[in-house]
Amino acid sequence: MTAPATTAPTADLAPVRANRRASSFKRRRVLPGFAPTLGFTLFYLSLIVLIPLAAVFIKSSGHGFEAFWAAATSPRVIASYKLSFGASLIAAFINLFFGLILAWCIVRYEFPGKKLVDALIDLPFALPTAVAGIALTALYAPNGWVGSLFAPGGALSALFGEAGLKIAFTPLGVLLALIFIGLPFIVRTVQPVLEDMETELEEAAASLGAQRWTTFRYVVLPTLTPALLTGFALAFARAVGEYGSVIFIAGNIPMVSEITPLMIISKLEQYDYVGATAIAAVMLIFSFVLLLIINGLQAWASQRGARK
Amino acid sequence: MSTALHLAPARARAKYQDNPATRESTGVRFTLLALGLGFFGLFLLLPLVAVFTEALRKGWELYFSSLADADTVSAIKLTLIAAIVAVPLNLVFGVSAAWLIAKHEFRGKQILITLIDLPFSVSPVVAGLMYVLIFGANGWFGPWLQAHDVKIIFAVPGIVLATVFVTFPFVARELIPLMQAQGKDEEEAATVLGASGWQTFRRVTLPNIKWGLLYGVILCNARAMGEFGAVSVVSGHIRGLTNTLPLQVEILYNEYQFAAAFAVASLLALLALVTLVIKQFIEWRASQSKEE
Repeated sequence: MTAPATTAPTADLAPVRANRRASSFKRRRVLPGFAPTLGFTLFYLSLIVLIPLAAVFIKSSGHGFEAFWAAATSPRVIASYKLSFGASLIAAFINLFFGLILAWCIVRYEFPGKKLVDALIDLPFALPTAVAGIALTALYAPNGWVGSLFAPGGALSALFGEAGLKIAFTPLGVLLALIFIGLPFIVRTVQPVLEDMETELEEAAASLGAQRWTTFRYVVLPTLTPALLTGFALAFARAVGEYGSVIFIAGNIPMVSEITPLMIISKLEQYDYVGATAIAAVMLIFSFVLLLIINGLQAWASQRGARK
Repeated sequence: MSTALHLAPARARAKYQDNPATRESTGVRFTLLALGLGFFGLFLLLPLVAVFTEALRKGWELYFSSLADADTVSAIKLTLIAAIVAVPLNLVFGVSAAWLIAKHEFRGKQILITLIDLPFSVSPVVAGLMYVLIFGANGWFGPWLQAHDVKIIFAVPGIVLATVFVTFPFVARELIPLMQAQGKDEEEAATVLGASGWQTFRRVTLPNIKWGLLYGVILCNARAMGEFGAVSVVSGHIRGLTNTLPLQVEILYNEYQFAAAFAVASLLALLALVTLVIKQFIEWRASQSKEE
């Protein structure tokens, strides 16, 4: 009964669609280079990215599900998931808070050295991770500039009892390294949105009698939400896979401060390819899911921008 | 994407601080500045200062002798080789992919953009592992490569491949949104007036995208020279042969040669600073040409 009703509009639209397809086809042909760039792009993408990624999944399925599952869920590996995902989540939350404050300061306030601060926010993108790793370790080791303040006898150690607080070579050290590499993701996704935001909305809120905090909470923050979430997801994704800046400061104690990428390396060093591949497959599936979420968030953010 | 080039905004003071509706009280402002700048100092500035302080702790003489060490010099060479191969390859790919995506309509475009982004979300260690699974002794082509005496893993080609993978999206990622925003009217006009495809690209497109292109290239180069995790998996750490600069830093550090490790690290930190200075210059030039 409903069938004619649903088919009728489709039939009406058919010529329009055909017409549109024809016009887009014509437009495509104006500019040259479609076939060669499509061919080269797909060829290079397959060669460098898709085939090697497929290798991980094909290899990990080649030894049967039992072997895969046993390797991917051994106690030491599970402990590494907990550390990698847990520390990455906490680091992303801390960066969410301080990243928003830093972006706010850079966009809204004038202060000496602002240009320098703005430029150096990108340092974690540009500084090789191994360099960041040894620098953070030197700072936060018990004899380092910051670490010695918290070591027994240090100025701030009394806050943490007699033993003081050990930062480097503990999960806390892992967290610090992940905060370092994640910070620019939040600042650089929030900053442009904050810069483009018109002041009219805040003026309207103020003229209606809203306090500054109320305006921030109900007017500014909702506008920033998509950018904050995108930055959070990007920082989280990067932190989970991070290796270079973490291994120096982590201490790599089994069951305590081993991150998941390190587990892959240690399996490889023992020639345990099944184990290494299984953990890698778990990490890849996780990154694909996160990538889909990030894409969704970015689509949401740009839709928001367009509606405005 | 968070790395995208962005242009400097109007001065904050006139726009926000002289407007009662967008101004916070002095106390709030100082608290936020103290929190933000304190965090910045502790997490970004201090590590950078530490690299150079530790590098020079034992004096300039040891600093320069660490850099002149034969293994370090060969690490510098290998790092340059990896960058010299990876950057042009990904530059050609980036331009080709951006021309395809920004100037043509086709199905599956969004999927293609997502696939190009993939290497950003893959852990560098997994990236290295992929090539071990393909070219390693137990890999798909392992036996064939051994029979023909070709070494890829634990040799220079593996390092180059891993570097190409981790720097894969940089140029494309920078150019695609830029060229999409510019549209294709200018190129279509040039083509209709009889310019060839290559002429259109060189005379019309290239001048429009040169700053974005340069920015993508310097980011790609910084990552190529600084990559650690992926290269570490495929390198085998053979001194003087398959060590790049970041791997040399690791070896020296694990041997407790801290001053030498930080001396080599300071070279890489200088590279990072130069990258950031060029970025600032590009943003300044791009905002100038926008005003014109």
